[in-house]
Amino acid sequence: MSEAAHALDRIFRAESGPVLATLIRVLGDFQLAEDALQDALAVALETWSKNGLPASPGAWLTTTARRKAVDRLRHLRIVEATSSELALSIRLDQEAYGALGEFEVSPVPDDQLRLIFTCCHPALSREAQIALTLRTLGGLSIAEIAHAFLINEATIAQRVARAKQKIARARIPYEIPDRESLGPRLDAVLSVLYLVFNEGYLATSRGHLVRSDLVADALRLARGLSALLPDEPEPLGLLALMLLHDSRREARVSDEGDLVLLEDQDRSKWKRPQIQEGVQLVEQALRMGRPGPYQVQSAIAAVHAEAATAGETDWRQIAVLYDQLLRYERTPVIELNRAVAISYAATPVEGLRLLKGIERTGALEQYAPFHLARADMFRRLGLNDDARECYRRALPFAQNDQVRRFIEKRLHGEAR
Amino acid sequence: MKYALLIYAAEKDWAKKSNEEQGRVYNEYMAYTVELKKSGRLVSCEPLDPTSTATTIRVRNGKTVPTDGPFADTKEQLGGIYVVDVKDLNEAIAWASKIPDARTGSIEIRPLMNVPEM
Repeated sequence: MSEAAHALDRIFRAESGPVLATLIRVLGDFQLAEDALQDALAVALETWSKNGLPASPGAWLTTTARRKAVDRLRHLRIVEATSSELALSIRLDQEAYGALGEFEVSPVPDDQLRLIFTCCHPALSREAQIALTLRTLGGLSIAEIAHAFLINEATIAQRVARAKQKIARARIPYEIPDRESLGPRLDAVLSVLYLVFNEGYLATSRGHLVRSDLVADALRLARGLSALLPDEPEPLGLLALMLLHDSRREARVSDEGDLVLLEDQDRSKWKRPQIQEGVQLVEQALRMGRPGPYQVQSAIAAVHAEAATAGETDWRQIAVLYDQLLRYERTPVIELNRAVAISYAATPVEGLRLLKGIERTGALEQYAPFHLARADMFRRLGLNDDARECYRRALPFAQNDQVRRFIEKRLHGEAR
Repeated sequence: MKYALLIYAAEKDWAKKSNEEQGRVYNEYMAYTVELKKSGRLVSCEPLDPTSTATTIRVRNGKTVPTDGPFADTKEQLGGIYVVDVKDLNEAIAWASKIPDARTGSIEIRPLMNVPEM
């Protein structure tokens, strides 16, 4: 791709989300909006590279796409149109050529919120929410989504098509939820963005470096969401959490591609500006006085980020934050993390006692990090035989090659 | 936009309820139906007799073959249907959430197909 083409691609990616959002509202039809946008992008590619950028690319694209939609509907009207398409076509004609003449349509921020909440509507499956969000809000192609999630293109295409069909036929509304239901609906949106982030973030340790694109997409979408909902603290918390995790990306994989534990990471590789922004966002969110699970998680990440060395980590503070997190959702994984914090804040013996309690439930038997945390506590107590036993139990459940190599190294190292 | 709210609940649980409990649920359904009617959203409502009264038929080679019982043996059975005319899926979900059996059973929300000729 030439530099000019790259620049255009960047603009397309940045603009297509907002433009599509407004088109869907104006046209009332997901598929038509998407087709019309593709038409407009094709025209833009030709005219912009010849005549340069218009003053407002977003408005230009929206207006052109709307005109293209009218063309498409006129064509449909001749071939075969359903009654609702016919009505829409006539309405658009009247709007376009009525007393107002051809007016310009600009993207409206509220439309992006409508689109986010529609894509993440709980009546759609989580897989569909993710694919649709990346496709329509993130501006990713079907091929890019398929590549990112290592799923074949046909499956993703079908997922997106089915979701769009359900939105149309079951009439999932294109609106921002009212105050009353905003909380739970926002939770769904945040989970989708966090899943996208984690898919990219955790994948970098699997050698699929291209997936770090997903991290950038998730960050972009989270940034957009917090800008659209400036009075909501949880989107800020999520953005902060992503920034703080991502700030450690370089340090968590060694040159050999091995996983590096937080305590062993070279902290000079952490991206300071990103940490600063993350910490500042956590504080900004917490000042709103409505704490939530993402804010607490980002606060935990901030405590880690602010420790100059692993030994200086304020584990007491982290343990308190995990206590708070458990109040929002009591999951075995959070209990595990709390036990780890307490093993440092107090003693490994105390940590092991807590892990014993979790073990009794059997919930984490197949979760490698559980056995690894336990192994580590034994190791710190000098109980190497017990530690080795735990590493052995973790091995079959290693989530990826990096973790497997890490466990094998520990097994061999301790065996000496 | 019209939706069918299909009520699925375990008949066994219903049979186990005392007369008093059954009466309470019945009253809840009456109150719900009145509320729905007053809102102007109710198109129709049809409670169904239990599946022990059901007959399933198939026509094979031109012959009608009836069998005793429901179409499928499942944990929860279709017990009744409301048809509502509401703005969108969110409103349908809101009304479905108020159906007494939603708390123990499940409500399936299905848009009615708009077929002008029918």
